[in-house]
Amino acid sequence: MNKTKEALARRIVSDDKVTFGFWIYLMTDCLIFASLFAVYVVQRSATAGGPSSNELFDLPFVLVETLLLLTSSFICGLMVLAAQAHRKNLVIIGLIATGLLGAGFLAMELTEFSHLISEGYGWQRSGFLTAFFTLVATHGLHISVGMLWLFVMIYRVSRVGITPATLRKLTLFSLFWHFLDVIWIFIFTIVYMIGVL
Amino acid sequence: MEHYKKAQLKKHAIGYVIGFVLSLIITLVAFWMVYAHTHGAQFSFPSNVLIPMLGILAFSQFVVQLVYFLHLGTEQKPRWKLVVFWFMVIVVLIVVVGSLWIMQNLNYNMMPAPENMNLQTQKGL
Repeated sequence: MNKTKEALARRIVSDDKVTFGFWIYLMTDCLIFASLFAVYVVQRSATAGGPSSNELFDLPFVLVETLLLLTSSFICGLMVLAAQAHRKNLVIIGLIATGLLGAGFLAMELTEFSHLISEGYGWQRSGFLTAFFTLVATHGLHISVGMLWLFVMIYRVSRVGITPATLRKLTLFSLFWHFLDVIWIFIFTIVYMIGVL
Repeated sequence: MEHYKKAQLKKHAIGYVIGFVLSLIITLVAFWMVYAHTHGAQFSFPSNVLIPMLGILAFSQFVVQLVYFLHLGTEQKPRWKLVVFWFMVIVVLIVVVGSLWIMQNLNYNMMPAPENMNLQTQKGL
């Protein structure tokens, strides 16, 4: 009995360390986004005769994207609670819902990109568009990686169920997913809302 | 023990719902203010008021999601997550404010030659 207790205590300490390490990664990822935001704000007026931000963006379209990502982040949080309660099926449903909303977000973002590029406003058009694509696509790349992680987690949960290790991985995934939604608040505000003013 | 855990989970679920509803409200209010402005609604803010307000709204949603989704500040002492978070904030402020400040001054100090003047003002280079 005493031995299992000790093992449990050790595991909790090591879980805390892993979570903390992942937290440090997220905070350093903030620095990448911060420098891209700085570049974007500096380059915003460098349109080189091309379109400026208030001619390009469709705000209601981006609002739908924002709401998809926010709902996805919310469901992801509930999914972790379901995992803590060891409700395997609820966890899988939560992961699938998170993934579908994330996929919707990604599909809308790619639609926007391909629309811009097909009109000749790709990243090579001006400094402004270079900075725009770099910033928004870096976020989109993170979302794509998150989707991959999510598929792996669905597979893992359905195969091995909710073990302590799975629970830890699900917690880390939710941190990552919430973090991406936090970054999106600033993209939505700085790039899109201030952009169309 | 089981009962305690259930109550704990319920408390956390309520936290997520509060965070979600607050974020939703803040997003929609911000969107509505911008939409009213760009579509010339009767009641809308001028853009020099609107931009700081959008900044405040974004900041409040940032805090809401940090508290309710990322659970910042709820860990037990020593609060290393919080320490790393503040370190990140300081570095981000130095990078962003510093870059904008320097670029602002560069634009001011590097007054273009008269024949290139229109490149900056008219062609946006």
